[in-house]
Amino acid sequence: MITIYVPRDAAALSVGADQIAALIRIEADRRGADIQIVRNGSRGMLWLEPLVEVATPEGRVAYGPVTAADVPALFDAGFLTGAPQPPHPLHLGPTEEIPYLKNQERLTFARCGVIDPLSVDDYREHGGFAGLERALAMTPEQVIAEVTESGLRGRGGAGFPTGIKWKTVHDAVADEKFICCNADEGDSGTFADRMIMEGDPFILIEGMTIAAIAVGARQGYIYIRSEYPHAIATLRDAITAAYVENWLGDGIHGSAHSFDLEVRVGAGAYICGEETAMLESLEGKRGMVRAKPPLPALEGLFGKPTVVNNVLSLTSVPVILARGGAFYRDFGVGRSRGTQPFQLGGNIRHGGIVEKAFGITLRELLYDFGGGTASGRPIRAVQVGGPLGAYLPPEHFDTPKDYEAFAAREAMVGHGGIVVFDDTVDMAMQARFAMEFCAAESCGKCTPCRIGAVRGVEILDRVLAGGASPKQLTLLEGLCEVMADGSLCAMGGLTPMPVRSALKHFPEDFDRPAAALAAE
Amino acid sequence: MADHAPWTRDKALAIVESYRGQRGSLLPILHDLQHEFGFIDDQAVPLLANALNLSRAEVHGVISFYHDFKREPQGRTVVKVCRAEACQAVGADRLVEHAARRLGVPLGGTRADGAVTLEGVFCLGNCALGPTVMIDDHLHGRVDANRFDALAAPLAAQVSGDAR
Ligand SMILES: Cc1cc2nc3c(=O)[nH]c(=O)nc-3n(C[C@H](O)[C@H](O)[C@H](O)COP(=O)(O)O)c2cc1C
Ligand code: SF4
Ligand code: FES
Repeated sequence: MITIYVPRDAAALSVGADQIAALIRIEADRRGADIQIVRNGSRGMLWLEPLVEVATPEGRVAYGPVTAADVPALFDAGFLTGAPQPPHPLHLGPTEEIPYLKNQERLTFARCGVIDPLSVDDYREHGGFAGLERALAMTPEQVIAEVTESGLRGRGGAGFPTGIKWKTVHDAVADEKFICCNADEGDSGTFADRMIMEGDPFILIEGMTIAAIAVGARQGYIYIRSEYPHAIATLRDAITAAYVENWLGDGIHGSAHSFDLEVRVGAGAYICGEETAMLESLEGKRGMVRAKPPLPALEGLFGKPTVVNNVLSLTSVPVILARGGAFYRDFGVGRSRGTQPFQLGGNIRHGGIVEKAFGITLRELLYDFGGGTASGRPIRAVQVGGPLGAYLPPEHFDTPKDYEAFAAREAMVGHGGIVVFDDTVDMAMQARFAMEFCAAESCGKCTPCRIGAVRGVEILDRVLAGGASPKQLTLLEGLCEVMADGSLCAMGGLTPMPVRSALKHFPEDFDRPAAALAAE
Repeated sequence: MADHAPWTRDKALAIVESYRGQRGSLLPILHDLQHEFGFIDDQAVPLLANALNLSRAEVHGVISFYHDFKREPQGRTVVKVCRAEACQAVGADRLVEHAARRLGVPLGGTRADGAVTLEGVFCLGNCALGPTVMIDDHLHGRVDANRFDALAAPLAAQVSGDAR
């Protein structure tokens, strides 16, 4: 029997993977070929989706992007043997040899796209649960020491050291503690949380269970945004499978540790990615940001000590436990240790996941991996780190991916998203959108954010209309200052980042002649 | 295309009951109510307030805070077009305009015949294959005007005049 892989990842589905899987089944039956189709996650080379793989004695061979019309011709070209002859234009050779994949350093995404996401056996055969098995034999202090040694910092945006957070929760005395995974992933240009949840859900379950052992929690929640129905379904199925095999529940694999895990679904509010708003939402309330202190680590969900970590932070933990904190720490630069699954999106030729050690430059990501724009036009700007991140021009493309190096350029790594724009972009429009987004998604608790964003849209509308006096830009600058200094959380506090960076690096887009008005 | 049951108090109570003993259950209950009935009926507010020991204002505050929860019936098909940055970079703004024209309904509106609601959303996690559209729970990538027309063919505005 021949095994064929057709991804079930939402991105692959969005370009027809279900139809391709069905057609391959029909075509194989018609030809009497004995095949089984595994619905794997995506390898993260999204421009090649649907990427179909065939298992051969020499390893997996890839074809893509496959359209419905290609399927019969693929069979004719010896697709079931992965044969390069007769040549088929979609034949990509051995999957692992494709440079985009080969040149990555996949620690978190090592299994994504390789295994059947819902098979515990497949997961175990590929090294899964090795980290948890080791953690079950360690003291909580030892687990925390390992994570601290790894240098892992929160991948949700703020970059706070994970080991320190866990120690705070561990040291807090309470009758109950919680692990909450932040899978709200609201940033435009980010999809790594979604892809790992759909492609390798057990790694998140494993990471959360290790966190539970470390701090002494027995209940966990995964807060997934409602825009991710496929991830929600996959994770719920994976949780059920993990219970069946006692990787969740009471006395996990004969140990004294018990852990229960549940998926909770967001309701379309960007601010619920902010950790305290997420906790409010999990409690069944409006997603209003809480003032800090108290830290969630001390008074979090239902007032109890709570670990809040991003999906990518938690999914980095199993490999740290399995191979040691020092192993992970050896990747990266400066105080940015380990790897980050960067996400290339927007107007990019080769969009997808690139997991690399920190220190890689934007240029390498955009050109060596990304291949420039999809439109073939020059890149004019990239927005790095989500809707609250800076717009950078090509002069900054040699900046290494490193929390401190980005901060020094008034930018941030954030959740690792990189959105590419070609030279048709209007940066004043992008600045306006940043304000519009903040106005739409503000929780409304503080004035600089709630009112400031609306004012920002108004000012930028005057600028866009043309012929605005320079005073408008001075007003905008003042407004940015008020928002940055006076907002309770980073929603209002960082919205000025895209606005100011657009103004600073692309001032020509804000200098619009009055003619635009007269022409109306 | 979603078929929704008409509001009944018993069904609503059964949903609430299924979460008995669970903490922070208001959001899951609201999701289930909306899934069952297509929107959150006004009658749900006192019912939830009573069952969960909250004030009506609190329940109302939660419903109105979240974009997902609707107070009125939605179209039988809901078309969500991503308006966030990565999709903007590949023409989302043009697609939004095209979709509104083609469906004969403004962004954020439900067509008078109740067939379709058009919504703008911020990111569907498909940022490398934009512009992205979600029709009910089905995700579609690389949606240019032609592909949109093919996907939305059954929903296109009936009167050709609408399409302008
Ligand atoms: C407006 C706003 C939105 C945020 N959205 C997310 C999000 O979608 N996912 C996430 O993990 N963190 C998000 N964060 C960061 C969280 O508040 C928090 O720092 C993070 O979940 C902590 O986990 P980490 O230490 O593992 O990164 C957001 C913060 C702000 C201010
Ligand atoms: S900055 Fe905005 S989102 Fe943050 S607490 Fe204030 S109003 Fe809410
Ligand atoms: S920005 Fe459109 S799917 Fe992410």
